[in-house]
Amino acid sequence: MPTLPIYLDYSATTPIDPRVAEIMIPYLTEKFGNPASRSHAFGWDADQAVERAREEVAGLVNCDPKEIVWTSGATESDNLAIKGAAQFYKGKGKHLITVRTEHKAVLDPMRELERQGFEVTYLDPEPNGLLDLDKFTAAIRPDTILASVMHVNNEIGVIQDIETIGEICRGKGVLFHVDAAQSTGKAPIDLARLKVDLMSFSAHKTYGPKGIGALYVRRKPRIRLEAQMHGGGHERGMRSGTLATHQIVGMGAAFRIAAEEMATENERIRMLRDKLWAGVSTLDEVHLNGDMQQRVPHNLNASFNFVEGESLMMAIKDLAVSSGSACTSASLEPSYVLKALGRNDELAHSSIRFSIGRFTTEQDIDFAVQLLHKHVGKLRDLSPLWDMHRAGIDLNSVQWAAH
Amino acid sequence: MSYSDKVLDHYENPRNVGALEANDASVGTGMVGAPACGDVMKLQIKVNDAGIIEEARFKTYGCGSAIASSSLVTEWVKGKTLDQALAIKNTAIAEELALPPVKIHCSILAEDAIKAAVADYRNKHEVVSAGYAACDPAAA
Ligand SMILES: Cc1ncc(COP(=O)(O)O)c(C=O)c1O
Repeated sequence: MPTLPIYLDYSATTPIDPRVAEIMIPYLTEKFGNPASRSHAFGWDADQAVERAREEVAGLVNCDPKEIVWTSGATESDNLAIKGAAQFYKGKGKHLITVRTEHKAVLDPMRELERQGFEVTYLDPEPNGLLDLDKFTAAIRPDTILASVMHVNNEIGVIQDIETIGEICRGKGVLFHVDAAQSTGKAPIDLARLKVDLMSFSAHKTYGPKGIGALYVRRKPRIRLEAQMHGGGHERGMRSGTLATHQIVGMGAAFRIAAEEMATENERIRMLRDKLWAGVSTLDEVHLNGDMQQRVPHNLNASFNFVEGESLMMAIKDLAVSSGSACTSASLEPSYVLKALGRNDELAHSSIRFSIGRFTTEQDIDFAVQLLHKHVGKLRDLSPLWDMHRAGIDLNSVQWAAH
Repeated sequence: MSYSDKVLDHYENPRNVGALEANDASVGTGMVGAPACGDVMKLQIKVNDAGIIEEARFKTYGCGSAIASSSLVTEWVKGKTLDQALAIKNTAIAEELALPPVKIHCSILAEDAIKAAVADYRNKHEVVSAGYAACDPAAA
């Protein structure tokens, strides 16, 4: 019997790898110096640790360490990249392009730019979650300054073709930002080859600490940004604030481990995910959300039709998962990501995201499959929609009294 | 979100799950909500000759609070007259189950389900009597 509850929400956050935590601890106590202190060994040691971590982060994504700017996380990186570039290059044009399935950390800065007089095109993905590159190309205008397309989607795990999108952008003189919060350690990233100008990272999705992230800012050709945080001029003026040495050291160690282990780790995780899907897809009316091929191995997002997501999560409370159901938020709107794929409301309300990680075992997956079989059946016995479905009634033909 | 003990109890041991014969003249069926909103409740009541609700059944698609609200309502309407059942207010349901503000709509839906089931029952009886009247040659 596995220890309960079982954590299957690695896309929300990951535990810090114990090897990473061990490396971080001395930087909280004896190695506490300010990396900006130039006049003594406390500062020099801290600075050295920060620069080593910068190399480790750069190592995972194959860029120059000088292109890495520390931030507090992917939210801040997205804000700095999008608002910073738009404000710096606004003389060239005021149009930006993004996708409806982006994280709020991209969509909200875009909304803010609209309030500041910029214009934003929000592209719909195809039903499999992927962007149609012809539609993307068609959206580019002479006044387009920046496009932002995430690498891996946080809800459905699909991988966008950032290589081709980068080529298109470079060909048209459009800056390209990629939110890679969900892809480090999961999908390979080679910034020497990719035509990406700005890329956001977060430590806590890759077994590092929360509250630390980085923004890759290309130097050749050089990308300029308007700072969003003004102060002592740290990080070459792009992001002021005393560097959080222990967090940075943690992010470096976490990304180094990811680089070393991702190939073997991902194979193991893919095997577990496929086992989970094989186990649940034998149930009737279970629908996979997002493309299965162009997808990270960690993610399974499925809709259990005619069962509401929150009640299912309540039934499977021994599994820590998340749902696209409206009931998990204060609003009554189900997941905007699933809606953007064209999923109907019922399927969006019935979705569960399982995200598997470093510490998931085969036993955990077996247990999860068993639990799902038991409770999906029980909840369907309670569901009037299931009865109607079995009686052959098309739910779309019913006049519902919306409330 | 954390649930009250009463919500958990009704969710784990729902009362009166199932269906009554919808075509039976003594049965009133109410179906409220919409899949698009994340909850649909079906409540059925069986009314005896004395005008008392003697049985109630439900099926609900929705969150735990929606399931608990409908389960609770099946217990509450039993033994009541139609007018007494109609007097059950969502605030009483919400209070009994200690629903948080974001779940108040579940109790409103349960109240609506009672109204819809009673209306269906009353409708049937008007239609039935109208039907007899229409077929009564003496009335023509
Ligand atoms: C795709 C994506 N972007 C941005 C973020 C925000 O990252 P952080 O928590 O580091 O601010 C997340 C995590 O929630 C994410 O999944």
